[in-house]
Amino acid sequence: MDITIKLFAYFRDGRFKEVASRFFDEGATPQEVITSLGIKMDDVGVIMVNHRHADPAYCLQQDDVLAVFPKIGGG
Amino acid sequence: MADKIYRVNMTDLSTSIEDVPADWMGHGGRGLTSTIVAAEVEPTCHPLGKNNKLVIAPGLLSGTTAANSGRISFGAKSPLTGTIKEANSGGTAAQMLAKLGCKAIIIEGMPEGDGWYNLHFTADGITINEETELIGKGNFAVVDAVAARLGDKHGIISIGQAGEMKMLAANLSIKDPDSHLRSGGRGGLGAVMGTKHIKFIAIDPTEAKVEIADKDAFLAANRVFTKALVDNPISQALGQYGTNVLVNIVNEAGGLPTRNFTSGQFDGHEEISGETMYDIIVEREGKPKHNCHKGCVIQCSQIYNDINKGYKTSGFEYESIWAMGADCCVDNLDQIAEADQLMDDIGIDTIETSVAMGVAMEGGVLEFGDGAEVCRILKDEVAAGSPLGRIIGCGAGSVGRAFGVTRVPVVKNQAIPAYDPRAIKGIGITYATSTQGADHTMGYTIATNLLGVGGSLDPLSKEGQVELSRNLQIATAAIDSTGMCLFIAFAALDDATCLPALVDMLNARFGIGLTADDVTNLGMSILKTEHEFNLAAGFTNKDDRLPEFFDEEPIAPHNVVWDISGEEIDTFWNF
Repeated sequence: MDITIKLFAYFRDGRFKEVASRFFDEGATPQEVITSLGIKMDDVGVIMVNHRHADPAYCLQQDDVLAVFPKIGGG
Repeated sequence: MADKIYRVNMTDLSTSIEDVPADWMGHGGRGLTSTIVAAEVEPTCHPLGKNNKLVIAPGLLSGTTAANSGRISFGAKSPLTGTIKEANSGGTAAQMLAKLGCKAIIIEGMPEGDGWYNLHFTADGITINEETELIGKGNFAVVDAVAARLGDKHGIISIGQAGEMKMLAANLSIKDPDSHLRSGGRGGLGAVMGTKHIKFIAIDPTEAKVEIADKDAFLAANRVFTKALVDNPISQALGQYGTNVLVNIVNEAGGLPTRNFTSGQFDGHEEISGETMYDIIVEREGKPKHNCHKGCVIQCSQIYNDINKGYKTSGFEYESIWAMGADCCVDNLDQIAEADQLMDDIGIDTIETSVAMGVAMEGGVLEFGDGAEVCRILKDEVAAGSPLGRIIGCGAGSVGRAFGVTRVPVVKNQAIPAYDPRAIKGIGITYATSTQGADHTMGYTIATNLLGVGGSLDPLSKEGQVELSRNLQIATAAIDSTGMCLFIAFAALDDATCLPALVDMLNARFGIGLTADDVTNLGMSILKTEHEFNLAAGFTNKDDRLPEFFDEEPIAPHNVVWDISGEEIDTFWNF
């Protein structure tokens, strides 16, 4: 299945800002996608799928948009 | 020497130094300004009249070596909201006043004539001096003139043209260590200083130190506290990207108010994001990290240079960039920086004024996305005090009334900032119930609703939002009393060593024995004091509501409306 992946803040360093249609096997999870990019789960602050917060073990679907943020804040 | 209250009477141009009443001893910062305003200001008074007072107070730990303790609080009855108001800021003034033994300054009365004044705070007290040279000038001219007259080490609290003209969005500007400006931004307190005909307050530098009851215990606690802040990953990201790192995550969550609150996502979000800003700053040899006061270990401020690598602005915050950017559909960070610098100079709140511009765009005064016209209006209309400039300078509600716009995002007449309450429901509770009108900093539920700090709570669900906002508003009222920057909360919410160390520092500073429960109780009592002032001023629970368009207009991408009832909102005060 094809997943769009967006990275933010320093997760972009040496990687990418956004890639559309990267292929993963059926049943892949955000955690599997994230670790495949060489990002440590301990560094991840927020995962969103289709603009909603999602669990690392969420079962991704065809054409999902996965957004991965490090631990950030402001205000 | 015990700290004192410094009173300035602008009616008869007299000053006095008073002992601190016993009831005020345990207060500092917001707790003290709100306590004094509640005690001395008639809630029904006209906020621009002689019976309002401007109260200035450093926090309980300001002036010590405690990390991030340089916040100063300003309190009065707000001319924008009609409620009690506290606005706090960084800069050098809090630490200098605390070292000079100042518990608070109370400025009252109003001069009869047209003359203007400045105040000079020295180790011997306050002098009132006539001021002519700087009337009609912006804040940066004040900073330069005070440096020429007194030297560049002085603390400064000043108003620009907006404060002189008593515009309801006028702020107070506070000099930082590099002679740039921070702002006591919200609620129009610059207009209150303008009614007193005080252009600026200069504070003498001093070698004096704040007394610490138990120095060893204080040092030990500060070490633990500082480590908790430095080790926190959010502190580290704030140092790199500033608060503007939020543009992309709030946009991704569908809560970035866009085009005067008609969408939750902005096509130009990347152009105005923290990531883009960081790249521009590095490319133009600015500084991604900058501290607004000595002892800050987070350094969320920055120096943003123009295309020729010359200084343009600093303290370039997410909410300011959102307001001028997404809300006005301006996707050019240089134009936003220009507007930010202009508003700092004029002395006007970047959130209120920019949201007012968004309402003006909807009203046909200018086009959405026209950043150049925004800058022209700031220079030629607001700074000059033209009729249009005064309408915009009195805020979003003022523009809505003048131009017949009904989609006006305000609560208690104060503009709603950077997080749409339809898509992030906890912050809607904060906007509705805050004692000071819509203000994200009063109870920053974004931490838990979006950022996964202090647990997580689905931003689109109604469940648990009132309790979340209540707990955060109570904690915030307490933190705002310590002189601490609110960004310590990210460490405090997730690092078990942080808050106990803060309480230990308070105890070591004053030789007392507070517990964590005492600090929570302090926060509760501050909120209740502020709420009672508002009730006495004529506010009711019906004022704790969001504008009706939030109930009726779904916002993309989630297509959600505000759906928390008035009865549910009212349970906020059940404590």
